[in-house]
Amino acid sequence: MQRFSGLSLIRRGLTGQRGWQPQWRQAEPKAAYDAIIVGGGGHGLGAAFYLAKEHGLTRVAVVEKGWIGGGNTGRNTTIIRSNYLFDESAALYDHSVQLWEGLSQVLNYNVMFSQRGVMMLAHTVHDVQVSQRHVHANRANGVDNEWLTPEEARAICPLLQTDDIRYPVLGAAFQRRGGTARHDAVAWGFARAANALGVDIIENCEVTGIRRDSHGAACGIETTRGFISAPRIGVSAAGHSSVIMKMAGVELPIESYPLQALVSEPVKPIFPCVVMSNTIHAYISQSDKGEMVIGAGTDAYTSYTQRGGLHISRHAIEAICELFPMFRRLRMMRNWGGIVDVTPDRSPIIAKTPVPGLYVNCGWGTGGFKATPGAAHLLAWTIARDAPHPINAPFTIERFRDGNLIDEAAAAAVAH
Amino acid sequence: MLLINCPYCGERPELEFVHGGQAHIARPANPAECSDQQWADFLYRRDNIKGLHAERWRHTHGCGRFFNALRDTTSDLFLATYKVGEQPPTQAQLKGATA
Repeated sequence: MQRFSGLSLIRRGLTGQRGWQPQWRQAEPKAAYDAIIVGGGGHGLGAAFYLAKEHGLTRVAVVEKGWIGGGNTGRNTTIIRSNYLFDESAALYDHSVQLWEGLSQVLNYNVMFSQRGVMMLAHTVHDVQVSQRHVHANRANGVDNEWLTPEEARAICPLLQTDDIRYPVLGAAFQRRGGTARHDAVAWGFARAANALGVDIIENCEVTGIRRDSHGAACGIETTRGFISAPRIGVSAAGHSSVIMKMAGVELPIESYPLQALVSEPVKPIFPCVVMSNTIHAYISQSDKGEMVIGAGTDAYTSYTQRGGLHISRHAIEAICELFPMFRRLRMMRNWGGIVDVTPDRSPIIAKTPVPGLYVNCGWGTGGFKATPGAAHLLAWTIARDAPHPINAPFTIERFRDGNLIDEAAAAAVAH
Repeated sequence: MLLINCPYCGERPELEFVHGGQAHIARPANPAECSDQQWADFLYRRDNIKGLHAERWRHTHGCGRFFNALRDTTSDLFLATYKVGEQPPTQAQLKGATA
């Protein structure tokens, strides 16, 4: 792997940017691996990286139906935070934020993690009470979060309109360690680092079946490019988790919905943090290119179409125009949808399955990007040791049978 | 926005409706006799089909009645809507309807 450094950038810059090598090699599927990861998004590529780096498993393949990072990794609004209510969730999401904090150095790849702060607005008395409860719960769990008055919120984000709107801003919860990262760089950085450790990244390879041996254990995958054998298979397929897991006879408590986002034309740096509002439902931040990145809600019905109803986007834009009147003249450039896998309690599943040798990381719903390194790290641990890490131990499939739900509907922030 | 054909009122915009999830899930007649797994399956497990999906809708801002629909989740195209208590149309009936 060609290492990146300030010096190498200057040297290539002075010689016409020639001599850069491809950052990972295109691999042909081999007949057998020690482990296969299904799904080449940030979560799957990261799991392969951690399997190789921390568990010494280097005969690993990542198989991806399309191109890496082309699913929800490339479709989300890149917000990172860990201000979730319950102990289990706080541990899970903060594990991820801690990995984000060192990720660029670990990968030798700039993922542009920017801890610009995430502000979640409160518009009603109920909002204020719930937000303050979140702040206190977070602080008790060692997760930074603080309560802001409307004046303090405006001091941080001067564009914010707090008065003279239908739902005035009564305060806000602010997590300073939260922020954004460059989504593509996360997929590419993990792919490059995993590949350097020997992981094969196989694109344009759709899984069509999961083969099980005479004892019922998973022993390989059927793909559009032939059968690939492996004693351990990790599935990290986001909106298509139900489809893939059904191939092994595993039924999930998941429904897939389209979730939309949109970006404006690029403008000068004007927006210092991330602002989210659960109540009037909008969230917004500015990318490093200058586009305002806006998140909308999910559609009411399940679908795999990767688009969504225009009225859903419109609803988000109306809320943005109310909170930030100067954006009323901003033109939107693109909008798109991704398919998100939603569980009944809005918490993910990172677990062993009833099928030996088959592991799953799914159910991230509307908020999986923030968890990319954490989920990847924990999935790799679970695969390598055939047992969950203490952090993901509560996030089983069986919690729905046993009644141990981790209800994060309020913290999930996206209306659904 | 989808255009949905309510079996009672005819075609109306999606905004008038509420999605009611997967159709034809029967509540166990005697929940006390269910195992934990059976009860969890009733409450939480869903087919989440990529393809033809039988689902419930309620015409909340219209007649207020529930009905069922058959929709392709890869295109969002409605193939049929039908009343509660009726079985979804078969492939042969659907072909006859579109021919």
